[in-house]
Amino acid sequence: MGPAELGQYLASGVVVGGIYSLIGLGFVIVFGVTRIVNFAQGEFVALGALVLATLSARGVGLPLAFTGAVAAGVAAGMLLERVAVRPLRAMPSLAILIVTIGASIALRGGALLVWGTDPFAVPAFWAGPPLVLGGAVIVRQGLWVLGAAACVFALLWAFFTRTYAGAAFRACAANARGARLCGMRVDRMRLAAFALAGGLGAVAGAVIAPITYATYDMGLMLGLKGFVAAVIGGLVSPAGAIAGGVALGVVEALAAGLVSSAYKDAVAFVVLIALCLAQAAGWVPWRVAEEG
Amino acid sequence: MRRLLFLPLALLLAATLPAAASEPYTVGAIFSITGPGSSLGIPERDTARMLEAEINARGGVKGPDGRLHPLKLVIYDDASDETKAVLAAKKLIDEDRVIAIVGTTLSGTSLAILDTTQRAEVPVVSCAAAAKIVEPAAERKWVFKTPQSDALIVGVLVDHLKARGLVRVAWAGVDYAFGQLGWLAFEKATQAAGLTVVANEKFAQKDIDITPQLTRIKAAAPQAVVVWSIPPSASIATRNYADLGLKMPHFQSHGVGNKRYIELAGPAANGVSFPAGKLLVAEQLDDRDVQKPVLIAYARDFEAKYGSRNTFGGHAWDAVKLVVRALETAGPDRAGVRTALESTKGFVGITGVFDFSPTDHNGLDRRAVVMVQVVDGQWRLAK
Repeated sequence: MGPAELGQYLASGVVVGGIYSLIGLGFVIVFGVTRIVNFAQGEFVALGALVLATLSARGVGLPLAFTGAVAAGVAAGMLLERVAVRPLRAMPSLAILIVTIGASIALRGGALLVWGTDPFAVPAFWAGPPLVLGGAVIVRQGLWVLGAAACVFALLWAFFTRTYAGAAFRACAANARGARLCGMRVDRMRLAAFALAGGLGAVAGAVIAPITYATYDMGLMLGLKGFVAAVIGGLVSPAGAIAGGVALGVVEALAAGLVSSAYKDAVAFVVLIALCLAQAAGWVPWRVAEEG
Repeated sequence: MRRLLFLPLALLLAATLPAAASEPYTVGAIFSITGPGSSLGIPERDTARMLEAEINARGGVKGPDGRLHPLKLVIYDDASDETKAVLAAKKLIDEDRVIAIVGTTLSGTSLAILDTTQRAEVPVVSCAAAAKIVEPAAERKWVFKTPQSDALIVGVLVDHLKARGLVRVAWAGVDYAFGQLGWLAFEKATQAAGLTVVANEKFAQKDIDITPQLTRIKAAAPQAVVVWSIPPSASIATRNYADLGLKMPHFQSHGVGNKRYIELAGPAANGVSFPAGKLLVAEQLDDRDVQKPVLIAYARDFEAKYGSRNTFGGHAWDAVKLVVRALETAGPDRAGVRTALESTKGFVGITGVFDFSPTDHNGLDRRAVVMVQVVDGQWRLAK
């Protein structure tokens, strides 16, 4: 194997890792505020991709179609919170986690009814031949993915650490009861977190659709990979989700390229299990998921 | 017990019907109308319904008694699931009391219902590809199938590679049954033909990037690359192939024989060749080809109602027509229909010309496969 191949594996891994990062950020927002793992996050991604595909096929311009996709994601996130999560807020977070799995199946079924099983093509945001970087090929849409991940990360970071509302979000996460006693409307914060996660999932779906196509059932595997990315990064840190996603993408690409492509999908889950075991043994300097 | 009360009522109703209408011939069908196989199952269902309407518009099937019998098609969806396929088969046999079963759509479901249908001694004409469904024929007495087997399709591809002097080839296949069975056939055929396989890569149907596998293939420096999958992964592989700037001839499987593949892959699909049935290029066939008029008529009828033609609907067309032909000679008799199916000779269908025998329940030969190339987003018959 020469350096050209290695460069290509890294380039492919970083782009795919950017996709996982974007999805992982959605898990982090919901978990950070509510201590709920929202397994319907992948369905927000599918929704964003499908809405964008439908709107652009109808001749709607990209900015408007993109906005429509994000709006659909926000609406789905809020709906999920109001219909499935809020009524159970007194229940342990494990019960709510199971409800989100149910919600993801329902959302996927709904998408199947609306869009059918065929995949849809979405034109690249920035058409043209792929870019060549030191012998490695990167598709132009890959730059959009990485750019979107970077922008979303920067905005989240600024929001959580530099704004009053962000501090309130963190307060709700740290101690919901205390926050309520201080006069914060915790329910509204949770709704906002789900809305944000829905919108963010739709952004991810819209940006990756030109690479992955839009399919009703795309959210399942992508959601799981995003979850692994978020867990690698500790599940509460946006920076961790970004690093976790890129690390996962690169490890997958290297495993497929250098070892064998037969076990590519297993890599994510082997990494996850290894990390959990390592944490249990006290070998990991950062915390991998905390107890509710 | 309550059902007994309806009996006199039903008899009364039956008595009021015109005496000329004879009892319908009930045929069952199981297709994967939902689930991962739905892009195959939906055109199969559409084709079956279209034929049912067409036959009944002519009054029905002319049985051996010389009378016309309406064709009643009972279609169930197995949701691409083996267990549901078995339940559907049981229901068709026990409740609907069908004379024969058309389907299923997928190899897995077809193999799953074998035990049930063989034991009940019901003739089945499968629309799924795996050779195992009908081999060995001595043990698969009641089962027939219409799609070409992997060995047939792959054989035509390998001959084509050899004829073009492409002797160092690389393989990338999807990691479920379609890709695995394709690989087994390819490995065997390339060994027999003396070709060298320099890489064998796998990818998942849900993979979003197949660049690492193709990079490995590039490093192995093959003269041609064969990708064995269906869209969307087949389309992603095609686009990755073009993005990486790979220039060697690119071959795909018959799994990309629908317009969706070209839509998804875009201009990257241009130049890709694949072995497939003749339906895709019906209009370009030699006028002496006996299948040509049949293919063009089916493509025209199907496209008028349901959209772009695809070979899967053709498999169902063959299966329904074969059963109807058997009903014409044998009537509503399961064993008779089976014997009639087995003695079918020279039936000009969509997939090919079928010659069934006690040792061959697929009945096709290499004339049923052509090489097709994508040129400017259209299918062209490759010479």
